[in-house]
Amino acid sequence: MNQNRRVLLKGTFAAGATGIAISAGLLTPKTVLAAWPKAAFEAKDTNTALEAAFGSSSATESGDIKLKAPDIAENGAVVPITVTSKIANTEAISIIVAKNGTPLAATFNLGANTKGFVSTRIKMGKTSDVTAVIKAGGKLYSTSKNVKVTIGGCGG
Amino acid sequence: MAKSSIKIRAKVKGDEAKVKCLISHPMETGLRKDKKSGKLIPAHFIQEVVCEHGGTTVMNAQWNATISKNPFLSFAFTGAKSGDMIKISWVDNTGKSDSTEAKMK
Repeated sequence: MNQNRRVLLKGTFAAGATGIAISAGLLTPKTVLAAWPKAAFEAKDTNTALEAAFGSSSATESGDIKLKAPDIAENGAVVPITVTSKIANTEAISIIVAKNGTPLAATFNLGANTKGFVSTRIKMGKTSDVTAVIKAGGKLYSTSKNVKVTIGGCGG
Repeated sequence: MAKSSIKIRAKVKGDEAKVKCLISHPMETGLRKDKKSGKLIPAHFIQEVVCEHGGTTVMNAQWNATISKNPFLSFAFTGAKSGDMIKISWVDNTGKSDSTEAKMK
């Protein structure tokens, strides 16, 4: 009970996406939601997010990862991102936008037969480095690209 | 099928299957304000997307509200045949969910 109250209070004070997410989660408790790494997604800076998601924030720069993103994104609400990893046994691909309120955008956990390839669209608040972090064989690899944003896409 | 929130296009070329999918979802961050009332629109976004093929999970994605409205997702995997079924499902932060199955071309 105490625990719930604490989470709810924290959520109210955070007064952001994450705060509301917590309260919403409390109202409709589902087992599936438990798997969602809340700490990682709510982290306010890149290192904390990586620490929470992978247990380590030291990623090696790697040329084997290709991050395809526009140089200039006119509309920050829709920024196409494609990550291709040539690293063997790629287990997970994460997309991180350094200057977003919550940097960790997504984590894709790949199955044994799944290629190291993921493409999606993300929102960006302002011009920032976009980083693809790849987990392979217990190690982290990364590559970054700066994307200029003309109009922010995170609202407010 | 027509009413599902998920659209899937999956194509098998040789050994590799490429899956593209579009989900219709508002993906509210919770930071945006309603222009009329000035109140914050509560966060409403997909947290988890799971793709299954032949009983195994091919990909399990965890998303933040950072993903754009009406999310697009594409990925590839090996070991699929044309005519196989592929299943994609999502769960959002309000506990809503949806899933669709599609035949791979």
